[in-house]
Amino acid sequence: MNLVILQKLQAKFGDAIVESNEFRDELTVVVRKDRLVELCTYLKEDRGLRYDLLVDLCGIDMYTPVKRFGVIYNVYSLKNRHRLRLKTFTEDEQPQVPTVTGVWSTANWHERETYDMFGILFDGHPDLRRIYMPDDFEYHPLRKDFPLMGVPGSIRLPKK
Amino acid sequence: MGLEKALGDSLMMTRIEDAINWCRKNSLFPMPMGISCCAIEMMAFAGPRFDASRFGSEVFRFSPRQADVMIVAGTTTYKMARVVRKIYDQMPDPKWVIAMGACTSSGGMYRTYSVVQGIDQFLPVDLYVAGCPPRPDNLLHALITLQKKVQRGESRGSTTAVIGDYPHRKRAAVSSA
Repeated sequence: MNLVILQKLQAKFGDAIVESNEFRDELTVVVRKDRLVELCTYLKEDRGLRYDLLVDLCGIDMYTPVKRFGVIYNVYSLKNRHRLRLKTFTEDEQPQVPTVTGVWSTANWHERETYDMFGILFDGHPDLRRIYMPDDFEYHPLRKDFPLMGVPGSIRLPKK
Repeated sequence: MGLEKALGDSLMMTRIEDAINWCRKNSLFPMPMGISCCAIEMMAFAGPRFDASRFGSEVFRFSPRQADVMIVAGTTTYKMARVVRKIYDQMPDPKWVIAMGACTSSGGMYRTYSVVQGIDQFLPVDLYVAGCPPRPDNLLHALITLQKKVQRGESRGSTTAVIGDYPHRKRAAVSSA
């Protein structure tokens, strides 16, 4: 199943598939971010694939000079009972990834969480606000360079 | 009551503050601020097995305006701190705060950016209860200890005038100085 899907994707998207690997029967595909939405739409709409459930979407901070930030999509096909993992990385100083809210609307809150925690901007997101941290918070806590105990004084407490 | 029988035709004398504080300590209405897992133990404390009603505290009030003591039970995040403080501010004087459990008292195992490392950073806490979570007995012990504090007219959060300003004691303190 994994091989069939990979060949199908490679035939259609060619060099947009940067990398792929299979580990313990789980297929992971690394995609170039400029064709991400197109690929996601294909995954969802194609009759043979039907990846209709976005199980999870999360960010990752590799803490490397290039390709530091990435976004990981775990999708599931109810029809084929098959899971697929997509990854995409950004090169920029200010990480930006196109939104997939148009494909799976579940992505809305997941992308807000990823924005809140990693500062990854999702192009075209309908409502990109923080979801956990206070609105006036200036940092992104899950970035590797954020101190564990936070920045003192960055969140105001009520007066005693 | 049977009290009349025991006392007979006698007379009891006390100070008004002591009488009021005696009333207060035996009807402390808790405001349950159950933020996380400690709240389960707090419910057991109110339930029939541990039975806080033996000490006059069975009436959990979900409106802060009718409560006397706030039991903060659980991990308090920075975001929640504003809510806790707002609810505390709505409680009428005199009022007391019990910090229940490790997280509430000190942040506990959550040494992280999102958790307030002890609610005493934004609330006047009268009692800290150790444990993760504390057993209901431990919370009962806290309640009994708080009752002693109430009887003495002590409260970190209220002004002294409200809980019984002891003018004679103050005068004594002034004259001795």
